[in-house]
Amino acid sequence: MTALQLDDVRKVYRSGDEEVVALDHASLRLGDDEMVALVGPSGSGKTTLLSIAGGLLSPSEGTVLVGGEEISSYDAKRLTRFRRESVGFVFQTVNLVPFLTARENLLVIAEVEGRRSPRARAAKERADTLLEELGLGHRAGNLPDQLSGGERQRVAIGRALMNEPELVLFDEPTSALDTQLGEQVMELIRTEVKGRGTAAVLVTHDTRMTHYCDRTLSIIDGRLRAEEPEGQPAG
Amino acid sequence: MRIALRELRRRPGRFATATVVLTLLVVLLLFLGGLLDGLFLGSTGALRAQQADVVVYASEARTSVLRSRIEPATTDEVAAVDGVDEVGGLGVALLGATVPDRADVADVAVFGYQVPPAGVPEPPAPGQAWADRSLQDEGVAVGQTLVVGPAGVPIEVVGWVDDTSYLLQGALWTTPDTWREVQNANRPDAAVGPGVFQVLVASGSLPPDELAARIDAATDGATETLTKDEAVLSLPGTREQNATFTSIIGTTFAIAGVVVALFFALLTLERVPVYGLLKAIGTPTRSLLAGLLVQAVVVSAVAFAIGFALVAALAAGIPSGVPVRFEASRAVTTLVGILATAVIGGALSLRRVVKVDPASAIGSGS
Repeated sequence: MTALQLDDVRKVYRSGDEEVVALDHASLRLGDDEMVALVGPSGSGKTTLLSIAGGLLSPSEGTVLVGGEEISSYDAKRLTRFRRESVGFVFQTVNLVPFLTARENLLVIAEVEGRRSPRARAAKERADTLLEELGLGHRAGNLPDQLSGGERQRVAIGRALMNEPELVLFDEPTSALDTQLGEQVMELIRTEVKGRGTAAVLVTHDTRMTHYCDRTLSIIDGRLRAEEPEGQPAG
Repeated sequence: MRIALRELRRRPGRFATATVVLTLLVVLLLFLGGLLDGLFLGSTGALRAQQADVVVYASEARTSVLRSRIEPATTDEVAAVDGVDEVGGLGVALLGATVPDRADVADVAVFGYQVPPAGVPEPPAPGQAWADRSLQDEGVAVGQTLVVGPAGVPIEVVGWVDDTSYLLQGALWTTPDTWREVQNANRPDAAVGPGVFQVLVASGSLPPDELAARIDAATDGATETLTKDEAVLSLPGTREQNATFTSIIGTTFAIAGVVVALFFALLTLERVPVYGLLKAIGTPTRSLLAGLLVQAVVVSAVAFAIGFALVAALAAGIPSGVPVRFEASRAVTTLVGILATAVIGGALSLRRVVKVDPASAIGSGS
């Protein structure tokens, strides 16, 4: 099954009289347990592609399907719900709510849905399980500023997996980490994503990390230029 | 919403400045309100206590109780008006009274009355008076005989009544004859004859406005009749005093609103990345807006609680000469006002929260 399908997607921004094409007729298919690295220079359109795939932006043209659900025509309200229920995000910088503990950060969305919602109890159990799996059981009650960079990123991964998403989007997940820690986090990402049969797109500048993915796409000037078979993935 | 409450609990320091400023404004509002209530209630108690619908003045007095004189014939005319059920005369003399064993002279308002005001018994024996409890602060006690005015008319205090002050002077409720004796002995230039009162209080089965109009028509312009509420507000300075204090209180509420608005505008600016993150992972904007308003309300409620406690603690130290009265209704009005102000002030930041783009969470480090 296809976890993510982009067909002829364009994203155009207007700047005065000028048109800036951020994504130019991009097409992509991602299998439901496939993990893809997206590389490219700054301003190439990586972030735009990731934002459109995650329902943070709507495309100017083309269609976007996530888990068979066409999201390209969704309004803002439906996109919010889609993001809450069907996709997981790990961002580069601001990833955690600074005044919530690690466990509470995992439960943010469950709390938005209401403490008495049928999913609330299950969410608490899932948060505890995820924190244990990520080696953070003993850090569940700590605030983000009491955690190391690697621990914070692990909490963010846990939060991205909380809603059992079809697709997880990673935006430079290792950029703030040293090589050794970056590799540990990538190992963890691969284990968690593959272990759950979840699809993932991972934007990175760091080509040393791409071998953790099944394949690598490069994007330049808004065009998905090449699909390079990665060979045998690590892990 | 729980996230917003957790932020308040975990980061109280962030909200401390706004809470302190709002607390000071609450203290100011409660003191201003207390002064307004003290002045208003202390000035108007005797009229507010009247169990009547209207107050009848001589028309040439231009609604001044002290200038007004109602002759017995006019009283009879008013009593005969269709719709008037009860009429009583009222007179007052504002004088100083010597209190036994006290060097200072107490300011008193000696009333002669026929229809007992609320909380005041039937008129006592001649030469006796029910005294307003505010005179306790002047050293007056039940059983004492006060010597009233330069003419030295003795009046014995036989009991207490509450909330009947007049123009900030404690009332002494006496028979009409005792009042006339006090008035004529001390104010020979403004003496009143037998059966004469300064004003009449009347009640009936008609709406007060209609009753007033009928009375003035029946006396052929000899009287000017006001409803009791109008009469209270026509006491010297009352309307102006209310308007002045209400303006100051309104301005203080506006300042509180500006404080809340500025504080939450700054806080919202600071929180844009977190709002971006929360929106990106699917938090509905309305949840974020509700959280912001909840924080504004909680900060204001805490400021009110601290301000109220401070005022309660400071109230004991206010000199008895300061006409301040802390009424529960004023505290409730201030609480409701400060919460409403907080909601309005906080609401000014809502647009900024709505405008935060969820896409700002992604790629923000590149």
